[in-house]
Amino acid sequence: MAKRTVEVELSTTGLDAQGRPQRVPILTDDGGGGLALQAPPAMEPDLDGEHMLINIGPQHPATHGVLRLVLELDGETVVRCIPHIGYLHCGFEKIGEYRQYNQIICWTDREDYLNSIGNNVAFALGAERLFGIEITERCKVLRVIASELSRIMSHLVWLGTFCIDIGAFTPFLWAFQRREEIYRLLEKWIGARLTTSATRVGGMAADIPNGWMDGLRQFIRTFPHTLDEIDRVLTRNAIWVGRTVGLGVMSPEEAINWGLSGPMLRASGVDYDVRKDFPYLDYETYDFEVPVGTNGDVYDRYLVRFEELRQSVRILQQAADRLPDGPVNIDDPRIILPPKSKATSEMESMIHHFKVVMEGPRPPIGESYFAVESPKGEKGYYMVSDGTAKPVRWRIRPPSFVNLAAIPKMVEGHLLSDVIAINASIDIVMGEIDR
Amino acid sequence: MSRFEVVRTGASAPASQPATQKAVSHRGAEPNPSAKALQDKFAAAVRRVEVIWGETVVFIDPASAHDVIRWLHDDESQRYDFLSDVTAVEYRDAEVPIEVVWHLRSLPFRRFLRVKAQIPKGEPLEIASVYDIYRSADWLERECYDMFGIRFRGHPDLRRILMWEQYKEGFPLRKDFPLRGRFSRSEQLRQALAQNPEARYSMEELSIADAFAELPEDMRTRLSKGERTGE
Repeated sequence: MAKRTVEVELSTTGLDAQGRPQRVPILTDDGGGGLALQAPPAMEPDLDGEHMLINIGPQHPATHGVLRLVLELDGETVVRCIPHIGYLHCGFEKIGEYRQYNQIICWTDREDYLNSIGNNVAFALGAERLFGIEITERCKVLRVIASELSRIMSHLVWLGTFCIDIGAFTPFLWAFQRREEIYRLLEKWIGARLTTSATRVGGMAADIPNGWMDGLRQFIRTFPHTLDEIDRVLTRNAIWVGRTVGLGVMSPEEAINWGLSGPMLRASGVDYDVRKDFPYLDYETYDFEVPVGTNGDVYDRYLVRFEELRQSVRILQQAADRLPDGPVNIDDPRIILPPKSKATSEMESMIHHFKVVMEGPRPPIGESYFAVESPKGEKGYYMVSDGTAKPVRWRIRPPSFVNLAAIPKMVEGHLLSDVIAINASIDIVMGEIDR
Repeated sequence: MSRFEVVRTGASAPASQPATQKAVSHRGAEPNPSAKALQDKFAAAVRRVEVIWGETVVFIDPASAHDVIRWLHDDESQRYDFLSDVTAVEYRDAEVPIEVVWHLRSLPFRRFLRVKAQIPKGEPLEIASVYDIYRSADWLERECYDMFGIRFRGHPDLRRILMWEQYKEGFPLRKDFPLRGRFSRSEQLRQALAQNPEARYSMEELSIADAFAELPEDMRTRLSKGERTGE
């Protein structure tokens, strides 16, 4: 039995007679099995080996969408888990083959809908590689701001729903209040809250309005305060620790082999972050840390994502400080729409406008796989072009699809109530899994 | 109090910091060193190597796909330990063969490699599964089978994943599959209403515990004949 000690705050002052924080040892067995408190687990009465089949979902608030899990239970212990997905399948990839590149951006909103603007950025970057476009400096910084805001939004939804699943209601409200502020910022910038469609191939749909940076700076200034509050309520809370430590352990080798990415992989102790290892948008010039866990359990995933929120704020601060002036869109009328005023007053601009809208920009023959670090993990867009305005193949590499594939491995041997905590720690979005 | 040693990516890579790629050329960039190693090791299996937008593509013989990927995973100088994606591409031109695509990453070397195998026209859509090398191939290959009908030999559980198991319209991402689906809306509705609402569990699930004995008589006979039900 390896002993892992987490400092927890009990309902008392949490200090012992010497004034030191009390430590409550939590024992986990070496095989990555379930949480065992100090008392040895009581023996289950032998029920003649009868197993029970239990169905969770697809319409269940704790499955975060339309995930269905069929569980074989021995008493309260999960013996086997068979996940079913596809209830939200819409055929995005098929539809993409019949759409121009700029039209596909609207579909990327609806795929991982908690990270819509981050998907827009990822898709535009992939399409720009396919077109061979270098975007402007201002656009790069705006896209970094968009990606990090989107990471914060997604992590806040994850944090809130995770708390609800485990039974804490207050942090959910705090998280959703702050998320609402980001949505207001996005609404001021793009005009939409959830389905942003913020990017275009070669630029953005709109530059930020006057005074928008003040709102962002205000958010950067006040948001860490909320994080501190949530941190104080959760991180060393005895119930929280008891519900999360030692659950769903994945070792680094397993995590890599199962293809986990993002916070799931980093919680298992692999410091793979696309922003650091295969940088894009000049992420190598930003100063930020990649948090890495060492236990690979649900609690470490919580810690990793929580630290990522703080790091995102750091990146936002640096991006806000360096945002250069200049054009947002590239200067190429074959790809980018001319300004509306010119399109209605100049003949050439009108022709370009017509051609970009009706025919669409055409990339050269080729293909590209562009991966970004989405809040869920490595999100890749693989596009194959045959030289026409519509892709031959548009493929999404969905991080939460691959992460969810490991759920049978993670839940087997744990209690039924822990299935909910483990499932919540994967941070799944069914829109992305089923596409 | 840690259980695992932290695995650092890029541990075997040259010391220089990775940076955002700038001004990537369409063709003719320097290929990934693994391509050269593959050509030396599997001269007969590697058909050609291309570099498109800075990404190296290695076209291999479909018969040796498993051996090549196994070597890329195991060899100390390659160590492609992370399988990003398994997918397929069918082109609009019916003459061009269907391609199976693996996106591999080597975390220790910080390399990215795309391996492609073209399945010639007229031959059965079959290729070896890499499930025994990468567990992440499990759902990715199932999805590829579901969408393209490519059978991965050696996959232990090659079922449909996004579409339901009784789905009869074919493979949605094939180019001969119309965007609206093969059946009319009324036919789709008729089939949906004709579904047996009892049939929500697969054979594998129904074999669990006593659920089998509690099924209606007709379902039990169908199940004992090996007919698959449910999702």
